[in-house]
Amino acid sequence: MELDRDTLLKLYRTMTTIRHFEERGVPETGQRGMSASVHSSVGQEAVPTGVCAHLSDDDYIGSTHRGHGHCIAKGVDPKLMMAELFGRSHGPNKGKGGSMHIADMSKGMLGTNGIVAGSVPLAVGAALTSKIRKLGRVAVAFFGDGGANQGVLHECMNLASVWKLPVIFCCENNGYAESTPVEYGLSVANVSDRAASYDMPGFHVDGMDVLAVFEAAGEAVSRARAGDGPALLEARTYRYYGHTVFDNPLTYRTKEEEDHWRARDPLLTFRNHMVAQGNVITAEELDQMDEEARVLMEEAVTFADASPLPEPHEIYEDVYADYPVEMMRRGANMPV
Amino acid sequence: MTTLTETPMLPPPGETRELQTREAINEALIQEMRRDETVIIMGEEIAGGAGREHLGIVDAWGGAFRTTRGLIQEFGNERVLDTPLSEAAFVGTAIGAASTGMRAVAELMFVDFIGVCMDQLLNNAAKMRYMFGGQVKVPFVMLTRIGAGFGSAAQHSESFYSLFSHIPGLKGVCPSDAYTAKGLLLAAIRDDDPVIFFEHKGLYGDTCPVPEEMYTLPLGKARTVRPGADLTIVGISKMTWVAVEAAEELAKEGINAEVIDLLSVSPIDYDHVLDSVRRTHRLLVVDEDTPVCSISSDICARVAEEAFDYLDAPPSRVTPPHTPVPYSRALENIYLPNAERVVNTARRLMA
Repeated sequence: MELDRDTLLKLYRTMTTIRHFEERGVPETGQRGMSASVHSSVGQEAVPTGVCAHLSDDDYIGSTHRGHGHCIAKGVDPKLMMAELFGRSHGPNKGKGGSMHIADMSKGMLGTNGIVAGSVPLAVGAALTSKIRKLGRVAVAFFGDGGANQGVLHECMNLASVWKLPVIFCCENNGYAESTPVEYGLSVANVSDRAASYDMPGFHVDGMDVLAVFEAAGEAVSRARAGDGPALLEARTYRYYGHTVFDNPLTYRTKEEEDHWRARDPLLTFRNHMVAQGNVITAEELDQMDEEARVLMEEAVTFADASPLPEPHEIYEDVYADYPVEMMRRGANMPV
Repeated sequence: MTTLTETPMLPPPGETRELQTREAINEALIQEMRRDETVIIMGEEIAGGAGREHLGIVDAWGGAFRTTRGLIQEFGNERVLDTPLSEAAFVGTAIGAASTGMRAVAELMFVDFIGVCMDQLLNNAAKMRYMFGGQVKVPFVMLTRIGAGFGSAAQHSESFYSLFSHIPGLKGVCPSDAYTAKGLLLAAIRDDDPVIFFEHKGLYGDTCPVPEEMYTLPLGKARTVRPGADLTIVGISKMTWVAVEAAEELAKEGINAEVIDLLSVSPIDYDHVLDSVRRTHRLLVVDEDTPVCSISSDICARVAEEAFDYLDAPPSRVTPPHTPVPYSRALENIYLPNAERVVNTARRLMA
């Protein structure tokens, strides 16, 4: 697949932005005492990057607990995301959601989600809206290999197929549902094999290769946009760190396995590919994008720390569009 | 369109017809879908016999209880969606549609089926607006059915509205007749928050005067259906009429009970109840939901906390026992609150 230079630049910029956000943002959030709710997606950058490159702000995605990459790939501002992780009021969610609920409706980002496969029906619903109103939008439902075994995903794949909805079910198979290896919990060899049950195409791609993801996702998105219905796209990838920062993955996987996957790092793979292609993009240009991402995260941390904390009264705000605040605090002997 | 927010929430004189509750729900859905093309409805057997238009089959059922009859014929299968038997998928999908520009109504055939799709209400519908910092509204209505008394046993008879009242982010209404059903359903669909609309199976065939024009009744407001001075009886859904029957019996003994129809189970109109109790000094809640951690226990707690000094008797309740709904009529009849139990409890409170 021949890609133009601008697309290639964009793909790498997105990947390195995700990488730098995770490497900086996760420990910084931990230092501020909120690491329990933060999941790093380092190693998985190629998947959201390759998929979301086909989407505009009008298209929708639903994400997972490991969703920083989805947000960045869908165009959410990393500075605002950092503020959200720090629980600050300039976060897109005003500091009320944090890492597991980052949403930006202006970017079609229907939220990272703390429930495994939790955002899948939301993406299907967005696809239904698009179909009914003839908006020409598509939706992508991201989930992991753990989410692959959730009932709601299977119900949704069936429903989307029956209704021929413009939705792509995208499984980021990183090999582990928390500490449980995918081969233990999955009844078939590949998640994508299950597409047959729902009469939709199943794609299985190397999730460490952004160009492979981009190509398969392009086909799935084109089908959906043309009204040909849903597809299931499985990208085999790897998370370099534990499920959370408290998890030492070497209690359930080997150093050799980690080294094997790290040697196939998606940013490194892309860099080597560019060099092999005769420097369509030079190493210096890639270095420059890395540096810009590093600086951006520096700015993001500064911005987030400067963002005000939410005011106490905000605890009652946005629970409902319309509901008496008195009914939320009544009988609770609240200080505010 | 009339908004009857300043009325005592009883049908106005004139300009009405007698409608069954079932017909009033149907009329509200049809009128609102005509008025607002973003309203869609989905669920199991909403039309029935789906996909067999080529055999001349359309609207085979019109809903398991005929509340959605005629919708697909007028609005087509893009806005009236029969679903596979996949509550988690279609309830979640409706919530997703509601958060992206539709006003989505989903029907859960019986509230007992909530177990398979509760996550969609609990973790998506109820929390999205808050978690997202107000970026999204979720104008989603879940129609569902409650009520024992039909020999349907434990998985088709519960009245578990208190499960939903416990969840911040959801609203809930329990209409008690055709008039309140139409007004509250129109209000629920137009509301920008997720609302659960509890239809009692035992009220579908009952009739009362209903205006033909559209009107909304306010969510979160109770109404007094029988004034009185000696005792406040709060009813919910069909239990309102059990309370009225008991009040009429008590009147023969010279006990003048005030009966409040709660109508909303989130928010709960505590002030309406408190105002009454401060006058009558006695409270009795009649609830078809089970008694532990319920609307009835909650109202008693609220009255004890805020009107303790006004009470001449302990806040009390008549409810089913803390058991599943039994099948045998011999047991189901004991399970359900009835006027006799209300009268006996009221007498104790007056003693």
